[in-house]
Amino acid sequence: MNPVNYLYLAALLFTIGATGVLIRRNVIVVFMCIELMLNACNLAFVAFSRLHGNLDGQIIAFFTMVVAAAEVVVGLAIIVSLFRSRHSASVDDASLMKL
Amino acid sequence: MSATAVHNLWTMAAADPIDKIDAPNIEYGQLAPTLIVIGAAVIGVLVEAFVPRKSRYYAQLFVSVVALTAAFAAVVALASSGYGTTKARIAAMGAIAVDGPALFLQGTILLAGLVAIFTFAERRLDPVAHGNRIDSFVAQAGAVPGSEGEQAATKAGFTTTEVFPLALFAIGGMLVFPSANDLLTLFIALEVFSLPLYLLCALARRKRLMSQEAAVKYFLLGAFASAFTLFGIALIYGYAGSVTYGTVAKVVDGTLTTVDPALAGTMGNDALLLIGSAMIVMGLLFKVGAVPFHMWTPDVYQGAPTPVTGFMAAATKVAAFGALLRLLYVVLPGLRWDWRPVMFGVAVITMLGGAIVAITQTDIKRLLAYSSIAHAGFILAGVIATTEDGVSSVLFYLGAYSFVTIGAFAVVTLVRDAGGEATHLSKWAGLGRRSPLVAAVFAVFLLAFAGIPLTSGFSGKFAVFKAAAEGGAGSLVVVGVISSAIAAFFYIRVIVLMFFSEPKADGPTVAVPSPLTMTAIGVGVAVTLVLGVAPQYFLDLAGQAGVFVR
Repeated sequence: MNPVNYLYLAALLFTIGATGVLIRRNVIVVFMCIELMLNACNLAFVAFSRLHGNLDGQIIAFFTMVVAAAEVVVGLAIIVSLFRSRHSASVDDASLMKL
Repeated sequence: MSATAVHNLWTMAAADPIDKIDAPNIEYGQLAPTLIVIGAAVIGVLVEAFVPRKSRYYAQLFVSVVALTAAFAAVVALASSGYGTTKARIAAMGAIAVDGPALFLQGTILLAGLVAIFTFAERRLDPVAHGNRIDSFVAQAGAVPGSEGEQAATKAGFTTTEVFPLALFAIGGMLVFPSANDLLTLFIALEVFSLPLYLLCALARRKRLMSQEAAVKYFLLGAFASAFTLFGIALIYGYAGSVTYGTVAKVVDGTLTTVDPALAGTMGNDALLLIGSAMIVMGLLFKVGAVPFHMWTPDVYQGAPTPVTGFMAAATKVAAFGALLRLLYVVLPGLRWDWRPVMFGVAVITMLGGAIVAITQTDIKRLLAYSSIAHAGFILAGVIATTEDGVSSVLFYLGAYSFVTIGAFAVVTLVRDAGGEATHLSKWAGLGRRSPLVAAVFAVFLLAFAGIPLTSGFSGKFAVFKAAAEGGAGSLVVVGVISSAIAAFFYIRVIVLMFFSEPKADGPTVAVPSPLTMTAIGVGVAVTLVLGVAPQYFLDLAGQAGVFVR
């Protein structure tokens, strides 16, 4: 199958993720959408790697996975501490500071 | 049938083992600054695990200060043996550049980090509680605000000494960020310095809900922006078939000697290049806090513990501008006719947006946040100059700006009332009568921000505007001067408020800090005045450091 199709899929997943970040209100869901964006990047890396016939893209995908894992650790720690003090995981409720 | 032939029926000789894989060649000496800081951060984690709670603060402070000093000495040693100029090279198998801008910015980040660590370690601002000195950071990050657990932790005298290793990890990432020579290293460095910063933001001792809110906002927006950066990197990789700066630059310029068929297919696709580089630059502009990617800045600066805000405002900006410069000047000079108009527009709206919105602010930390946005715009003016002077003026500006920022936020930690820091501007009325010295020092910082002559702000602004004008962006300089005038209005307004209005009866008190914060503020004042009165030595230094290696 033509690797370009995977790129279209990656772009689509990335867009779905970005849209989700902008319109969903639950912190966890927003965070999952960001992870979806990172995975779309992985798909693009691997597809380009196949296209060019070198391994750089596949190696980068591993790095991205590790970064995503580290981000989950930090992100969930922050989100859980926010949830415990507010009993709410809505991004709209966290609005002590306004313009 | 011979024995060999029988053997061959069901076995075959194994392929010769690959007898030699070239071990990567790592120039430890040239990478010493980064390695020292990251190593010290790891030691800091071990200190958290093994040293008794009472001694951790001193152990951590010792490790941090020694590591940052040693790393700065390593930077100076590298620079004085010529790695900044004639011996500039690419180390670590093409991943890290060791050149003038990298060393200059690393030195700046290390010194700024050292000064910031002093403000982190300050424990004399709040009165002693339950026989324990307390700092700006929460007793136990896991305890729910206002709960019994939190009170117990405070009573037991817990402190979050993890802030020191976290800051060291962040500094380590920042050292790599402006010297990254491939896009993967750029991304990893971005994450390595961002993730500790997200955590540091959540650790304020007072106003914990605001602090946690700031952390969540910073984390979600930061992760969102870095996902964009990563997708941009993927597109550039697709365009050039490589993530190394030198190779990508050659593909952009069309000077690559060997082109395989797949590359010939993708390198004609300008959409990949343009969208990819736009997305990477977007991620960097987010870190810099340029309009329209600045939305996180005021909330995060206000909510984060003030020492962390100062550290973030100074060091992150230095690192991110370094990376932005290297990307635009090393990888994308072939595209300058495409990116210059865009950066021109971003610089204009950043300068004007930051300066105008700052006028309406009533909180001193938010005011400084918008001021930092406006300064990002001024620095961008130097970036779009696309000359060697442009690079060195940006380097000088970053050096001058970072110490003023840390000093200013250190002064903010001193002005306190019952609820912690009194950040509302109305509380600052008459501060000059109550505490003339602190008010005078803060006035010096504000004048430097405003760019009044004989302060470092003036030298820096003059350098970037001169470079921009010579680089053919004269109209940008006009906008820059206008927005400086707008910005001067609100800086002067704070000075007038401090010196010429009556102090309120229930006004804040000014805490007497330990020598740690005094050092931070003193360094800020010294740098402001020295770089304002006699900037030439440092301008020369930045001028020598203005050439990238490729």
